[in-house]
Amino acid sequence: MSEAAGQQKEAPPIIQVEGLVKEFHGSGGLFRALDDISFQVRPGAVFGIIGLSGAGKSTLVRCLNLLEKPDGGRVQVDGQELTKLSAPELRLARRNIGMIFQGFHLLMQRNVLGNVLFPLEVAGVPRAEARRRAEEMLSVVGLSDKAEAFPAQLSGGQRQRVAIARALATGPKIILSDEATSALDPQTTASILHLLQELNGRYGITIVVITHEMDVIREICTDVAVLDNGRIVEQGSVDQVFRAPRTAAARRLILAEAAHAVEEIRTGKVVRITFTGLTAFEPMLGNIMLECRTPLNILYAATKTVNGKAVGEMVVQLPDSQALSEKFMEFFVRKGLNPQEVEDFHE
Amino acid sequence: MNDGFQQFLLALHVDDRFARLGQLLLDSTLETLYMTLVSTLFAYLLGIPLGIALTVTDKQGLRPCAPFYRILDVACNLLRSVPFIILLVVIIPFTRFLVGRSYGSTATIVPLVLSAAPFVGRMVESSLKEVDHGVVEAAESMGASLWQIIFKVLLPEARTSLLIGVTIAVGTILGYSAMAGAVGGGGLGDLAIQYGYHRYDTLIMMITLVLLVLIAQLLQTAGMKMALSLDRRKH
Repeated sequence: MSEAAGQQKEAPPIIQVEGLVKEFHGSGGLFRALDDISFQVRPGAVFGIIGLSGAGKSTLVRCLNLLEKPDGGRVQVDGQELTKLSAPELRLARRNIGMIFQGFHLLMQRNVLGNVLFPLEVAGVPRAEARRRAEEMLSVVGLSDKAEAFPAQLSGGQRQRVAIARALATGPKIILSDEATSALDPQTTASILHLLQELNGRYGITIVVITHEMDVIREICTDVAVLDNGRIVEQGSVDQVFRAPRTAAARRLILAEAAHAVEEIRTGKVVRITFTGLTAFEPMLGNIMLECRTPLNILYAATKTVNGKAVGEMVVQLPDSQALSEKFMEFFVRKGLNPQEVEDFHE
Repeated sequence: MNDGFQQFLLALHVDDRFARLGQLLLDSTLETLYMTLVSTLFAYLLGIPLGIALTVTDKQGLRPCAPFYRILDVACNLLRSVPFIILLVVIIPFTRFLVGRSYGSTATIVPLVLSAAPFVGRMVESSLKEVDHGVVEAAESMGASLWQIIFKVLLPEARTSLLIGVTIAVGTILGYSAMAGAVGGGGLGDLAIQYGYHRYDTLIMMITLVLLVLIAQLLQTAGMKMALSLDRRKH
């Protein structure tokens, strides 16, 4: 068991990006959308790239299948360096990289089956086999009964399912998801994320998820990179980044919800702490309050699922007294609650 | 020319003068339809590749090529700014070379095609540019080639808009074909000018006018109906 896990760690990354640079010529001169981006995605991972709008996320994901041509650096996917391929070679390589979009981008004049057949026609798969394959993909996404319907007759969630079936049709090892759930309501978002997770688990497809919502990352990602102003400012396992974000950009994204709740207050220091399964059993806040004989003001509390594990999140206001405040902080650190001061997320 | 319709009217004891008139109107109507439909067909044979080339080589296109786009763009605009009635006369030697004579409905098809093709090319260009760029990008992400994108994405997705364009083109070409009547181009326009302008026969001119309007309305309605009924975006 541990040997298998060890072997998996040894596997070469399926996506390897090194020193990626992308520039645009805007009205204000040269604009560097991506600045020296490097990261690796291991096979079977669900890799999240999160950032606020304008951070360069979409440009980055487009560089992974060369829809956007990088101005510098290397993009290696499944052992092939994409930037060095000829046009026909690149078209072949793209069949190994499925992509889904926020706007679905289905062919509106083709029915559902026709849409899923499209990549197979492009790949020159014989008609009968293509049809069998397309029908199989539709059953994977649970839309067999809608084969003859046209996209205009479907709901947003159903359209995204068709897009997923289409992306899967050529049997890719990787799926790129560019804000695929951003146009959907929370319930539909959850079902689409669940489907992606299932594909990852069942077929071992590596998924790269671009999003501006921390919820999406928490829900399905194993690893995350935080993109800010065209640079990756932080990356690591989702668990690690969610519990103890190191950079202002990461905190801003993670605390977005909590920030909303604590907008009003402004005297003492405000701190975010996180609990894992182990620390959750001890009545810790009670203990420390008794010890300091000072009440803590709890501003926000929630339990969130990170990769299937429950993580408690709490935002508390520390007392005005410097000495007491330090005592609380020292206690949080000692207990491994990753205290993060919450004052820099207001822009 | 075949005078079957005239014989038919005579058999119905229609006055001889009206039977001849009936035959004349029928022949002219058929000529007009022939000129309009054949010209539209040829205008599209030239206009579709032209529209595709304009779309693909444009700055935002799939294969931007500024010099090539510029040449097509200028050529289109120049040809479109020549008034049809002048074009008709200017290219008479060319028409004679192609069809052997410069009058009659077949000869009229040459200037009609030449003047409609750039206009059709422009309409095809604007229809293709209406196709959502995201869909094109999705096709690219699936490894589609330029030709696959043109024939499997751009043209089918633009179907409704293209058919509306055909309807507009047919209407315009019908109007131009009547103009050719001024130089013996055949068809209803010719009839109206000969009888109405040269002979002051208002009755025939009015009948011709009504027929032209009827044909135009019929083609417009049928074209729009077909375009919309083939559109899968609304249900």
